[in-house]
Amino acid sequence: MKYVLVGLTCVALILAFIGGSIYYKGLQVEKYGFMAEENAELFVRDHSPRLGSDDAKVFIVEFMDPACETCAAFEPFIKQIMDANPGKIKLILRYAPFHDGADNFVKILEAARMQGKYWETLDIMFKTQNIWASHHNYQPQRLWKILPRVGLDMERIKKDMHSPEIAKIIEQDMADVKALNVKKTPGYFVNGRPLQTFGSQQLYQLIMSELDRQYPQ
Amino acid sequence: MSQSDQAVKINWTLLFMGWLLVSVSTTISLFFSSVLEYEPCVLCWYQRICLFPMVFILAAGLFPNFDESVIKYALPLSIAGGLTAFYHSLLYAGIIPESIQPCSQGVSCTEKYFELFGFVSIPMLSFIAFSTLIALLLILKRRTSK
Repeated sequence: MKYVLVGLTCVALILAFIGGSIYYKGLQVEKYGFMAEENAELFVRDHSPRLGSDDAKVFIVEFMDPACETCAAFEPFIKQIMDANPGKIKLILRYAPFHDGADNFVKILEAARMQGKYWETLDIMFKTQNIWASHHNYQPQRLWKILPRVGLDMERIKKDMHSPEIAKIIEQDMADVKALNVKKTPGYFVNGRPLQTFGSQQLYQLIMSELDRQYPQ
Repeated sequence: MSQSDQAVKINWTLLFMGWLLVSVSTTISLFFSSVLEYEPCVLCWYQRICLFPMVFILAAGLFPNFDESVIKYALPLSIAGGLTAFYHSLLYAGIIPESIQPCSQGVSCTEKYFELFGFVSIPMLSFIAFSTLIALLLILKRRTSK
């Protein structure tokens, strides 16, 4: 009798926990769906860098940080899905430099954008990340030696990265990070639907389900 | 049923209520951190260290029959947790200034996540839970030390 009572209580608590999480996630999906409809600029700002066709109907919004290891690991995966579905997907990058000092790398990246070399710079930053940002041990001086490889004017980068426009972009993105309750990088939204549990498989399924919805066979 | 049988039964029920209290608190605490993704601050962690093991300690005292030595093991944890929760509540309410408290890194201990009915904060919930548990354990201590 005692064992049954305690056992049943444990089961009830576990079920309440699971039920609560399912309910909460449902609420979140609804909330983000509403936000995506009513307040689309929270997800995509005019300043946000984007990749892919203008006619694409599936928007992947990625909150990232050039110094984040998982973001670097996910980049080829996203590109692969985009290549497999040409013209249907648009990738929008938003910044979420959570770690102290990480915003400096966003500034460098944005300064490279002023020279028209955004995606090349991001690509080389991700590929050499283990050299200059291994486990959040930032070593910008190493990055300075790497960046000229993509043909950047480093003197201009050093000047441009402190421009107020770039500071404003980061400020706006961080405000949206807060509004959308993004806590980790990379944080994904596909057409306003959040990635509920993190993982490449889950992200793949989310993108695929949105592709099916927008492009019915 | 003899009188002492009755007394043991009441003791068991009181301890069961205590166990229920810590189990529900643990579930809520885990729900806050892993589902709602509220990052626990340093002081929250100290309280959790006191709270989580009590789920097992109190459960062990329930079987096979009520074991009064559980009081001896659970009281120090609940008092430590209760004191931390009390301090945390004062800090949260702004009665102690934040500058003299130990958690400068990570999440601030006065970060507002949730307030039930607009005034019951998480540290206050914790304080209520620990105080209730201390009261239950003290009642049990009295009932058993005759």
